[in-house]
Amino acid sequence: MTTLDVNGKQLETDASPDTPLLWVLRDSLNLTGTKFGCGIAQCGACTVHVDGMATRSCVLPLSAVEGKKITTIENVNADAAGKAVQDAWIAENVAQCGYCQSGQIMSATALLAKNKAPTDADIDAAMSGNICRCATYVRIRAAIKRAAAALA
Amino acid sequence: MNNDKSFSILNVSDQPVVTRRGVLKAGSALSLAIAAGPLLTACAAKGPVAGTLAPGPFLRVGSDNVVTVIARNAEIGQGVFTGLATLIAEELDADWNQVVVEAAPADPTKYANPGFGPMQGTGGSNSMASSWEQMRQAGAVARAMLVAAAADQWGVPAAEITVSAGVVSHAGKSKSAKFGELAGRAAQLAVPKDVALKKPEQFVLIGKDAARVDAKAKATGTATYTQDVKLPDMKVAVIIAPPKFGATVKSFDATAAKAIAGVSDVVQFKHSVREGVAVIAKDYWTAKKARESVKVVWDESKAYTKGTDQMFAEYKALAAKPGVEAKKVGDVTKAGAVRFVEATYEFPYLPHAAMEPLNCVAHITDAGCELWTGAQLQTMDQTLAAALLGIKPEQVKINSLFAGGSFGRRSNPKSDFVQEAVAIAKAGGQGKPVKLVWSREDDMHGGFYRPAFFHALKAGLDAKGNLVSWEHRLVGQSILDGTPLMPPGAPIDPLSIEGAANLPYDVPNLTVDVHSPKSEVTVQWWRSVGSTHTAYATENFLDEVARATGKDPLELRRSLLAKQPRHLAVLNLAAEKAGWGQKLPAGMSRGIAVHECFGSVVAEVAEVRQVAAGKYKVERVVCGVDCGLVINPNVVKMQVESSIGLGLGAVAQGGITLKDGKVEQSNFHDQPVLRLNQMPAVDVHFVAGGAKPTGIGEPGLPPIGPAVAGAILALSGKSLHALPFTRSGVTLV
Repeated sequence: MTTLDVNGKQLETDASPDTPLLWVLRDSLNLTGTKFGCGIAQCGACTVHVDGMATRSCVLPLSAVEGKKITTIENVNADAAGKAVQDAWIAENVAQCGYCQSGQIMSATALLAKNKAPTDADIDAAMSGNICRCATYVRIRAAIKRAAAALA
Repeated sequence: MNNDKSFSILNVSDQPVVTRRGVLKAGSALSLAIAAGPLLTACAAKGPVAGTLAPGPFLRVGSDNVVTVIARNAEIGQGVFTGLATLIAEELDADWNQVVVEAAPADPTKYANPGFGPMQGTGGSNSMASSWEQMRQAGAVARAMLVAAAADQWGVPAAEITVSAGVVSHAGKSKSAKFGELAGRAAQLAVPKDVALKKPEQFVLIGKDAARVDAKAKATGTATYTQDVKLPDMKVAVIIAPPKFGATVKSFDATAAKAIAGVSDVVQFKHSVREGVAVIAKDYWTAKKARESVKVVWDESKAYTKGTDQMFAEYKALAAKPGVEAKKVGDVTKAGAVRFVEATYEFPYLPHAAMEPLNCVAHITDAGCELWTGAQLQTMDQTLAAALLGIKPEQVKINSLFAGGSFGRRSNPKSDFVQEAVAIAKAGGQGKPVKLVWSREDDMHGGFYRPAFFHALKAGLDAKGNLVSWEHRLVGQSILDGTPLMPPGAPIDPLSIEGAANLPYDVPNLTVDVHSPKSEVTVQWWRSVGSTHTAYATENFLDEVARATGKDPLELRRSLLAKQPRHLAVLNLAAEKAGWGQKLPAGMSRGIAVHECFGSVVAEVAEVRQVAAGKYKVERVVCGVDCGLVINPNVVKMQVESSIGLGLGAVAQGGITLKDGKVEQSNFHDQPVLRLNQMPAVDVHFVAGGAKPTGIGEPGLPPIGPAVAGAILALSGKSLHALPFTRSGVTLV
């Protein structure tokens, strides 16, 4: 058994130590908001926060996250930046199929937590690791700016 | 609600139910159930309960005042749940905040797509066009019954009753009631036929921006996709797929895999598309690790073993010979041309690569088979799952879930991934539900690509430089061949030549013909289908003609479109809004393209900047759109933005190639797709005045490639005829 600090709770899992955090969250802890997209840290759908850093959970083994604070889409709104980002996502009608949006929101929240007024270049740098096949990129950019304004 | 328990409830969900925030805040027992997860709502909603008005298959009005719209179309990201709800709410005069949407079950007797004959499914950008009368009528009938119930209850003439924002009123008697208060009484009345619909000037919701009904669920991680389904005793299956198209299983050794804790079985599966081996385990990671230790010996004697270079060489050789005639006007040999412009084009296979890798949950029971999937072509899925199991289609129950994208892939006319889940459940499910999960690599290798195409075009010019002949030959696999959807007796798959045979330009002598070579590599429609390549070939070639004759690309188009008022209107709109002809900063240029498909016409002007040798940035795309009557401008704009992004990525980079029969790409590291930094700004402008909606899920896609290529041609003189652009040393940054 491994105990993880997820969304401020101590949760136990019997997953093997090499299991990527993504599958621990989804299959063991029933936190299915974090999505499987590529399995090789190329698409960002699995993005969570590990000690506040946007991290691709699909390549991060369980053994590497013991003792670290993990935040997922299910609890990102506990933080002011996360709440602002989610509200902005809804206001801008960002989501189409929606499958990548948990990861997009986690990346955007991590960006705004560090950078209160990101430029277009900052947004490009922080968000280009998250693929959206519906190409909601125009609205992602707008929503990040809306959230930044709300947090200012 | 974000505790572990509520999420385990979410995971046994049945159908997506989405709602607006207003309902979430309402605080009734039902709305709490919605907030907690789809299952509870779906359970609460099973069949009409006492006090519920359900005058047909498309909506229920509950005594709790909730209007539930039952969506026959799949929500694959295009916003159709919002669109269908808008049509019903409009004629019902409902308050938008009381409307929730759930996916319809698979039942073609109730939910057939009027545009697809007897089949239930979503595609062809026809959801709103085919629902326009049907859904408004459904709303109007329910409204009439609520009014009749109020008239009966209050003892007043129905004609004196008004309805607005979910409230039924009689001014003279100062009476009013919410829908929920009248639903029970209304349900006792006979269902009227052919109720009069509103006139456009009476619309309250249609034509206005409304927030998408799924916006909140998809921003909070609570929307349920197939990938999220978890059922009691459910197992997860991963596959070992054929390494080449057409390979079959000779033998396999799963001794080591079966010894791994958590693995329940390793089985061979077979369905009408292919065969392979599946590892069934307690969860995905266990199954994925175990499959590495399974040894499969393949029989490749009937497999596709060619490479893409060889395929295109063969296509090019075929293009030297006449194909099957698709269109003939005048006589190209007697056109009086004094010189010619010629070009050939190559378009690669394209993967759909939706963000949710393909998946399906199958549970075979004594009663039949139950599926959970982002179903897009329910009738084929039912038919082929039933055929595989030797049961009746109606014994296949489908729970339609949100799809994490599709771009055509989930409406597979051979139901490949659905059949695969059923075949695996049959072989090794032992009566328990099995969730088939393809990895990204399985998805990339899984075929059903946009077919690769070779085009050869030849334009004849008279002494004055006028376009007097147009010869267009296409070579590429048929999509419909071998499916029940091929029109009986048709010499040509219409999907191969759409966008080419209906060239909008007024050319007096024209031929279009096509070769349809066969291949083991499976192909399928990909957002905008034939127009993905025909629009590029025709529009880019017209730019080559303009260049050869020293004409402005916009002026040449205008001169050839005198008989096409819709094309002219969007072309002029886009050109005007983009400031076509006005000076741009050094290093920038514009390109323009126009195309009709799915009943709509879209023109796009791309503004492109050269940032370095071979590197270009698409800064802005200005669109003129005629999609008839616009139901929700915001959702339509989203679809145009999305089409531009998907289409731009496809012409710029990526594509599927094969070597010795093996697909060379496997994941997003070697199959680059458009990323945020490459996305242009998008301005969408509508041509006003349509009486009915026409398609919008796809028509924004075809013009983007040629518009950008036209701008690069103008900037650098570089012709981009072999796609993607990276083959010609051009990168979009």
